[in-house]
Amino acid sequence: MANMDQTVYIAGVGVISAIGNNVAEHLASFERGEAGMAEITLFDTIHKHTRPVAEVKLTDDELIAQTGLSTHNGRTALLSLVAAREAMADAAIPGLEALRVGFVSANTVGGMDRSEDFFVRFLADNSKGKLKNVFDHECGSMTEIVADQLGITDFLTTISTACSSSANAIFYGARLIRNNVVDVVVAGGADAITKFTLNGFNTLMILDKEFCKPFDEHREGLNLGEGAGYLVLVSDKVAKTLNKPLYCTLSGYNNSNDAYHQTASSPDGTGSYLAMKKALDKSGLKPTDIDYINLHGTGTPNNDSAEGTAVKRLFDPEYPPMSSTKSFTGHTLGASGGVEAVFSALAIKHGLIYPNLRFETRMSDLPFEPERKFLKDQDLKHVMSNSFGFGGNCTSLIFSKI
Amino acid sequence: MKVYIRSAACISAQKTFGNNDFLTDIVEYNSTRLTPVEPDYKEYIDPKLIRRMSHVIKMGVATATECLKGAGIDMPGAIITGTAFGCLEDTVTFLTRIIEQDEELLPPTAFIQSTHNTVAAQIALMLKCHAYNNTFVHKGVSFESALFDAIMLLKEQEADDILVGGTEEMTDTSFTVFTRLGLYKRLPVPNLSLYSAETKGTIGGEGAAFFLLTDKPSPYNLAELTAVNTFYKPKDTPDIEKRITAFLAANSLIPEDIDLVITGKNGDARNDEIHKQLSNSLFKNNSLANYKHLCGEYAVASSFALWLASNIIKNGTVPEVILENKLKVAAPKKVLIHNHYQNKYHSLMLVSAI
Repeated sequence: MANMDQTVYIAGVGVISAIGNNVAEHLASFERGEAGMAEITLFDTIHKHTRPVAEVKLTDDELIAQTGLSTHNGRTALLSLVAAREAMADAAIPGLEALRVGFVSANTVGGMDRSEDFFVRFLADNSKGKLKNVFDHECGSMTEIVADQLGITDFLTTISTACSSSANAIFYGARLIRNNVVDVVVAGGADAITKFTLNGFNTLMILDKEFCKPFDEHREGLNLGEGAGYLVLVSDKVAKTLNKPLYCTLSGYNNSNDAYHQTASSPDGTGSYLAMKKALDKSGLKPTDIDYINLHGTGTPNNDSAEGTAVKRLFDPEYPPMSSTKSFTGHTLGASGGVEAVFSALAIKHGLIYPNLRFETRMSDLPFEPERKFLKDQDLKHVMSNSFGFGGNCTSLIFSKI
Repeated sequence: MKVYIRSAACISAQKTFGNNDFLTDIVEYNSTRLTPVEPDYKEYIDPKLIRRMSHVIKMGVATATECLKGAGIDMPGAIITGTAFGCLEDTVTFLTRIIEQDEELLPPTAFIQSTHNTVAAQIALMLKCHAYNNTFVHKGVSFESALFDAIMLLKEQEADDILVGGTEEMTDTSFTVFTRLGLYKRLPVPNLSLYSAETKGTIGGEGAAFFLLTDKPSPYNLAELTAVNTFYKPKDTPDIEKRITAFLAANSLIPEDIDLVITGKNGDARNDEIHKQLSNSLFKNNSLANYKHLCGEYAVASSFALWLASNIIKNGTVPEVILENKLKVAAPKKVLIHNHYQNKYHSLMLVSAI
C-alpha cells in the first residue's frame, strides 16, 4: 500500500566533481577552500584560455580503468557510475538482493561527447563516422549503462529538466518509495562537460572569464562544471535494518515552474519562490526552521538576482546562513541537484556550512550576503537545496536531521 | 481511486489530429519513413512564436493545446512529457554550426531550444502554468515513465487535471543514422503490408500525443487508465508471460478478460517474434491488433497506441485496419497495450470502459 506520510531516509551518498573523486576528497577541499576551476583539458576549443571550467580531474581513460567498464559510451555514464557506486557502497544495505531497488538518474547531455566525435566525420560524409560513438547518444542510455553495472533492474528511469534534473530525480525517488513501488532507490544525476554545452552557454553570454562569484554584486556569469551526485533513499522498513547511522531524511520537496522565459528567470523569482515555499509547506516547516540554504547560485546576474529576490520574499527578516557551492564545483548542470543534495546531507551529518568563495560585495538590492567561512560543529536541523533550470524548472529539496 | 483519460490528442502519420473520423481515411506510404500529417499550426500557436519553433515543439504544443481544449481545461495541474531524443532538430543544428563555424559566431536559439524539457516548458510558458513540470527521457519507455508519474501524482492528491504526453521528432540526420544502425528496412515497404515482409528492420515514424488525466468521474471521460507498468530486460518469453499475467492479476484479470490486445509489432522479424509467441500462448484466445504500420516506430509510439485505445473504448468501434485476427467483442471494454523496445523495455497499459 502507498503511504504518503512515510519518512524517506538517506542511507548513502556518493559524489564526484572538480574538487574530488569521492566524498572524503570533497570534505577536504571544502576545508581547504580550494576551488576546482582551471583551463579546459578535455577537448580542443577556441575557448580554452578564456573560459575556465571545473573538470573532474580524471581523464576518460582513467575513469574507464577505475570503473572497469569495457567500453566508452559517454563520459556522463563514467562519472555517474563512480558516484552511484560510492553511494551504494556507503549505504551498505544488508539483504539488498531481496529488496526492490530503483535507479532514477538525471542528465542533460547523454552521450553528446561521443556524438560530437561522430558528427565531425558524419558531416563531411553521411556514410562515415563510427556508429558506436552515436549509439548511446540518448540520456536514457547513460542510466541504463550504470544500472546494468549496479545490477539494478526493478525500476529505471531518466529525468531531464535542464539544471534542476537531478533534484527532480531525488524527490521522484522518494515518491517511488512512498508509493510502494520500490524499497530502495539510488537517485541523483550526472553530466560531463561537452563542447556542445560549453558553446551553448557561451552563446548566451553567461560564462564568466574569471572564476565565478555567486551572489556578488560584481558577478559576471557561471563556470561550467561536471560531475555526478547520488543519494541512496530507503523506506522506513529498510532504514530499521541498517547497521550504520542514517544521514538525514528528505522532508520536503517541490517542483514549480517560473513560466516566464525559456532561459531567463523572472525578475521576482516566481518559480524559485514557489519551489522553496511549497517545499517548506510539504515538510511542515517555517522559513525560520531552515538552518542553511545551499543556493542554486550560478553566478549569473539573472539567476542570483531572481533567486535572491525570492529568498528575500520568503525569509525576510531572518536569513539563515547560505552559500553557493558552485563557487567550488562550477555549475554541473544536470548533476548539480544531486551533487548539492550530497553536500546538504553531509552538512547535516557533519554540522558543516560551506563557504561561498570569492564573495566580496553584497548585492545592492539584497539585505543579506552568503557565508564566506567554512563553519564546523554547527547544529543543522534542516537544510534547503535549490536547483533551477532552463524552461523555468525550479525545484527545492529540504533535508532534515533525524 | 481511479484514473480517467478525459481527452486525448495526437499528431501522427495518420489523420488523427482535429478530426472526427476515427481512422477511416488511412494514409498509405511506400517508404521506410512515415511523416506526420500536420495541422495549420497558426490555429494553435501564436504565429510570432511558430517561426522559431522546431518541428517537435510545434507538434507538442499544438497537441497539448488541442488536448486541453478537448477536456475543457484552461490550466492543467501538472505538465509531464516523455521523449527519448528530445529536440533533435535544434540539437543537430547547433552541433553542425559548432563544427562548421569552428565555434564562432553561433546564434543561441538552437541551443536554448535543444534541451529535452523544451516542449513541457513551452506549454507552461504559453499557459503561464506554474505547476509541477517534468520530463522523462528513458528510451523506449519515456512516455510510460511520464504516465507513471502522472498516475502517482493523482494518487498522492498532489494535482488533478494532469497534462501528460509523448513527443518525438525524426530529422534527416536521425533517419540516416538509424538507417545505418539497421533499425529500418533496406527497401521501401508498403506500410499496410508491414507485417508480411518478415525481414529485418522496421519503418520510422514520429509524432506527439497528449492526454488529460483526472481522478474525477465524468460522462465525458474517454476511458479509464486502469494500470501502467514497465519491466526491463526479461529473461525469456516465459518471464514476459509471467510478468503480464502478474500485471493482469493485480487488476483481478486473466488474459481471456481482455477484449482486445494491441501489440507493438513493428515489422522487424526479431522484434515481432515475441508478439508472435505470445499470440500462440498467453493471448491465444484474444483478439489482436497492431498499430505501427499506421504511425511507424518511434520511442514514444506507444502514446499513439494509448490514443487509439482511448478512442476505441469511447467510440465503441475498432478500425478494421488495425486488426490482426477476428474481433470477438465489437465494442471492447478492456484493452491491453503491450509494447516493447528491442525486448529491453516492455510496457503494459490497461485501458477500460468507464
